[in-house]
Parts: sequence; structure tokens; C-alpha cells
Amino acid sequence: MADIDENLAQREAIEVDRSKGDFKYEENYAFDAGIGLTPSTIDYIAKVKGEEEWIREFRQKSLKIFQEMPMPTHWATADLENIKFEDIRYYLSKGQKPVRTWEEVPDDVKQTFERLGIPESERKFLAGVEAQFDSEAVYSRMKEELEKQGVIFCGPTEGLRDHPEIFRKWFGKVIPIGDNKFAALNSAVFSGGSFIYIPKGVKVAQPLQAYFRINAENFGQFERTLIIADEGSEVTYMEGCTAPKFETATLHSAVVELVALKGAKIQYITVQNWSANVFNLVTKRGVAEEDAEVRWIDCNIGSRLTMKYPGVVLRGKRARGEVLSIALANDGQHQDTGAKMIHAADDTTSNIIAKSISVGEGRSTYRGLVHIPKTLSNCRNNTECDALLINEHSRTDTYPAISVRGRKNSVQHEASVSKVSAEQIFYMMQRGLSEGEAMSLAVNGFVNDLVKEFPMEYSVELKRLIELQMEGSVG
Amino acid sequence: MSDSLVIKNLNASIGDRPILKDFSLTVPKGEVHAIMGPNGTGKSTLSKVLAGHPDYSVQSGEAFLDGEQILGLEPDVVARAGLFLAFQYPSEIPGVTIANFIRAALVARQAKGAPFDAKAYYAELYAKMDALKMDRKFTSRFVNEGFSGGEKKRCEILQLMMLKPKYAVLDETDSGLDIDALRIVSEGVNAMRGPDTGFLVITHYQRLLEYIVPDRVHIMWDGRIVHSGGKELALELEEKGYDWVKQDLAKA
Ligand SMILES: Nc1ncnc2c1ncn2[C@@H]1O[C@H](COP(=O)(O)OP(=O)(O)OP(=O)(O)O)[C@@H](O)[C@H]1O
Ligand SMILES: [Mg+2]
Repeated sequence: MADIDENLAQREAIEVDRSKGDFKYEENYAFDAGIGLTPSTIDYIAKVKGEEEWIREFRQKSLKIFQEMPMPTHWATADLENIKFEDIRYYLSKGQKPVRTWEEVPDDVKQTFERLGIPESERKFLAGVEAQFDSEAVYSRMKEELEKQGVIFCGPTEGLRDHPEIFRKWFGKVIPIGDNKFAALNSAVFSGGSFIYIPKGVKVAQPLQAYFRINAENFGQFERTLIIADEGSEVTYMEGCTAPKFETATLHSAVVELVALKGAKIQYITVQNWSANVFNLVTKRGVAEEDAEVRWIDCNIGSRLTMKYPGVVLRGKRARGEVLSIALANDGQHQDTGAKMIHAADDTTSNIIAKSISVGEGRSTYRGLVHIPKTLSNCRNNTECDALLINEHSRTDTYPAISVRGRKNSVQHEASVSKVSAEQIFYMMQRGLSEGEAMSLAVNGFVNDLVKEFPMEYSVELKRLIELQMEGSVG
Repeated sequence: MSDSLVIKNLNASIGDRPILKDFSLTVPKGEVHAIMGPNGTGKSTLSKVLAGHPDYSVQSGEAFLDGEQILGLEPDVVARAGLFLAFQYPSEIPGVTIANFIRAALVARQAKGAPFDAKAYYAELYAKMDALKMDRKFTSRFVNEGFSGGEKKRCEILQLMMLKPKYAVLDETDSGLDIDALRIVSEGVNAMRGPDTGFLVITHYQRLLEYIVPDRVHIMWDGRIVHSGGKELALELEEKGYDWVKQDLAKA
């Protein structure tokens, strides 16, 4: 029986308790680029990282583009104007090179993992863990088999330095610098993140995981991820985020590029739980070549403002793209999420299922873009977006943009808005559930069919995060 | 008093419309009491007021569950104190399976963080479902979603049997049940009868009371109990109809 709860009891023992992400640890930063963003900040970052000249130039060019581009407030929320770029710290590092063994990890970092509630068994269990602690990966390990298989799993600095023949070709190509203002910002100041290469035909059995943390006030995190799955290979990457709570707003602006070559499959999973002051402005896009598949599973919980529209460019025949997303907007939060599917070859298919939950004063926006030019034939898209409202103050908007030309292609679009009624809450409370438990059960029910698609540990964790959110939302 | 469900001079309204008018009733533990009364007389209102539904306001009166005052408490607190309401019109909870729903209700009764014995839970759930002749497929169906009227009622009784409350109010559990289902559901309720449980059975039909034989029968009229008697009162009512009650009231 495919019942998540049945396995819950066994899972609970090794579960990561992300509710503990709510603390701040004293840091003694060995490297710190200071506050604000100028060409000399960029030079500083490039120098500290010991980067080659072409990367420094790439960064400087990106900075210029970032500074020239206007804020996208003609379509996006004016809240973006509240980001104080001049107050942000763009680079922090412990100054270590990424290490392989647990023993080499500094004690204070270990303590932080301890407090995060990542149990020993879990740490050992995680295959190829790349845990990002602030801007630099301080803890990275790879299972021996992965190395033997030729899998590369490192950070951007190492990736570009040690394997330029693999990564340089695609770096900044799926998402060009000028794609949007925040992609440009990331291109200027990126540090941390994962660079992954899966050789031809290699099917990585265990998901690659990374834990992300933001741990300094006014510190923007700009990780950069590039995953290249060579022909016929398969990989699942999991990204989990927790951020401690701070008084002032924090900016998180990542760029994630995925390249699935002929017949390859990439599944990228994000479950994020940002604290309520984080601006989370992320650009994610994948390219799928012939017979390849790119699948984004994206769960956005928390943050002050999230803007994220994972996309897939279906470049080869029979390529498949999928976005499954869940967004939960609580009081004072705005989840502006969606998906982009760009069909660029015949016989390509895309599927978008987006579920949003708005609680209290929370606001969710769905923006979808599906593009199928008329020169193509036999392309299909299915888009489903469902919104759940919990109490009358919350709000949801849908902006689907579907440009499908040509009679040989088909699109299917369904949208629904539902409410958790007072009667439903009463019914559940009559069975002994508190109001918060009743609401989280209703929310979990709403996302249930989508969550079934997730790997077990993520569905369990998501369930927990929803519970925490809903319990926090009742007085 | 400490082992009864006691309702004293309860006055409750919806909006500014009074529904319960000086309503009083005592159901001792171990007994089954039936309430009969015409449509709109306030039977469901009574059950919801006891359960703490936020739409109703209580003007005066008291309600004690084994000596504990339950009026004004949150619905979940009343539920965990031991009051179960089998709804006349149960809500649908999309996406939440029956198995997960009942499980969540049981977990809510445990100490926070206490381990849940999933194996024992499923064993019991399946046994109760077998007793109610419910297909096991129902465990993975969403609570009441797409259920037939009778299936919903059976699902209410399944929850009752799993949650084992001190007092259960069954609001027209018989309506919508076919003849076999009526017998099966009644057997389920009868199996729960015992010194630790009290029942308040709301029904329009004497037929149910042939299966679940009540200790007392009360006739409710315009927001209060106007007649009480043994099980034969239900028969009398069925024969004579509510006109008889009306005439009786007029005489008084
Ligand atoms: N939420 C509500 N809003 C408006 N009126 C209500 C509400 N709930 C109950 N009432 C009214 O209160 C009166 C009593 O209703 P109640 O449901 O308690 O009757 P009942 O005795 O259970 O009837 P039935 O035998 O038909 O189930 C009815 O006139 C009903 O219309
Ligand atoms: Mg009724």
C-alpha cells in the first residue's frame, strides 16, 4: 500500500528536523568581502577564490549588466524595491578548501549540523553529500562508487578550475547573464553550489544531496549549480534549505542550470523553508536534448518573497519536461512561482502541476509560460494549477501565458481554486485535532497526489514543514 | 454527575434566533438515550452546541461531561475530553485518506512525541472495518469524498469505534442506511455499549431503536425535551405521530 504514513514510523528515526533551523551561530569569518557591491568586491571574490582571468571578466561583465538592468517591477511586485543591495554582504568564506572526510570538518561547523538535528546516521547515510555552509562548501564527500563511475560532484570553483573541458562549455549558457537582473547578480558574485557531471550511461542510484544554510545577517547567498548529464545517464539531485531568522531582510539569489544530453534524465528536487525575511529570487532552467527528460520538483515554503519559475527548453525530439511545484504563502509572504516550457522540437511533451496554498494574509501567484511555435508538430502540454485558500484574507492570482501555434499541437489547461471551509475544520476538530493540525491535514490532503511523486524522505519532510507552518498560523 | 453527560437549562441561538430553549437532559454512562423530534426542532443544533461549534452562541446553561464543564471549550478539547459526534452530514476532506485521518485523530490523543504503534493500529482498523463489512479499499479513500450516503454513515461509526469516546451523539446515523447496513451499524454500536460509554441517539424512526434498544426515549419539541419515557415511547410516537405531542402540549 502506497501510504506515506505507514512508513513514517520507521522514517522518523532518521529524519532531519528542520524546525531546528531557527538559531544563529557565531561565526568568525576568515574571508569577508564587506558590505556593498562594486567592481572591487568582484575582484576581491575572484582573488580569494584564485579564479582564472576569464571568470573574473565574466563576473565583471555580469556586474555591469546587473547594474544596467531595471528592476522587473513592471510585472513583478514592488516589494523588490525594498532590497537594499548596498547593505548586503556578498561574500563570506571559512577560507577552507572543501574537505572529504567528516574528521576534517571544523568543530563549529559540526556543532551547527548537530543543532540542525542532522543525526550521525543520516550524515553517514547521505551519499555524496555536499553541504554548503555559507558561501563555501566546507563538507563534501562522495561515495566511492560514484568516483569510480567517473561522477564529478564539486563546487563551481573546483569545477571550473579542475574540469573546464566539461563545465565551461555550458556554464552561463542555459541561463545567460542577462536573462534577468538576478541571474546577472548571481553571475557576478556566485560562490558555492554544486557542479555535477554524470558520464555517459551512468545511472546514479542514490540521489545527490546538498544542505544549504544562510548564517549571517544581511548576507546574500548566491550559489551556482550546473548539472550535466551525459548521454543516457540518470541523476536525482536534492536541495534542501533552512535559514535562521533575522531582523533584516536577506537575499538569496541562485542560478541553477541543467543539461540533459541525449536520452539522459535529470530530476532536481527542492524543498525550501526560508525564514520570513528572505528574498528568494532564483533562476532555474534545464535543457533537454533528444529523448531526454528534465523534471523539477519545487517546494517553496517561507520567505518574504519568492520568485521562481523553473523552466525546460525542449531542444531535442521526444524530449520531456516536467515541473511539479508546491508553494505555501503564510501571513506576510508572497510566493510568486510558476513554470516555463519552451518547446523547440517535434514530439516534445511537457507537464506542469502547480499547487499553491495561501494562508492568512499570504499571497500566491502562478505564472506559467508554455511556448510551442507553429513550425512544430505533435507537441503536447498539460498544465494544472490548483490554489487552496485558508481564510478570506489570503489571495491567489493566476497568469498563464500559453502561446501555442499550429494545429498539430495540443495543450490542456486546468485551474481550480478551493477553500478549506469552517465546516471541514470543525469536523476535523471534532475528531480531536487542534485547529493547526486540522489545517495542516487539509493542506497535506490538497498536495497529497503531488507529494506521492516525491522521494520518501522529502514527502515526510514536506509534511512536517507544512505542519510547522500551519501550527504557527493559528493564534 | 461525575459519570454522566449532563445538560442543564441550555439556551443557545444561531444569530439572533433562539434554537435551544432551557434544554435539560442527563445521559448516565452505560445508558443509551434516544431523542426523537420533528424537523427543525434543534436536535442537530444540540449536538453541535455540545461539540463547541463556533456558529452557535450559548446564552445560558451548563453542560458537563463527567463533571467537567464543556461549554465554551474549543471543539478539539471537547472531543479529546471524550465527546464524539457522528454527524448527520459529515464533511468531505479531499486528499486525506480515512486511514490517515483516524490515525491523526488518535495521535492527537497521545502525549506529544509518543511513538505510534502503526502495526497495532492497522490491525485494529482492519478488524473494525471487517465488523462493519467495509471494504479495505476504503482505508485509502479520501474522507467522505464521493461516498454514498450510507457509506458516509458507516465511516462515522468506524471512527466512533476507533476513537472510543466516553459519550457519543449519533445524529440520524440511520438515515441513508439500507436494511442490512442498519443492522451492521447497529451491531457495531451495540458492541460498544457497556458501563464506560453513554449514547445519545438522534433518530426519526423507531426501526433503529429495534436494533439499538434505548434505555430512555425523549421527545424534543421546539428546542426542549417535552416527553420522556422508556423504549415503548418510540412505538407510541410512531403510532400517534407528532400531532399527539402537539395536542398534549396544548393541554398543558
Ligand atoms: N447554521 C445555521 N444557520 C441558520 N439556521 C440554522 C443553522 N443551523 C440550524 N439552523 C436552524 O435551526 C433550526 C434547528 O435546526 P437543526 O438542524 O438543529 O434541526 P433538527 O432538529 O436537527 O432537524 P432535522 O430533523 O431536520 O435534522 C432549523 O430551523 C434550522 O434551519
Ligand atoms: Mg438534524
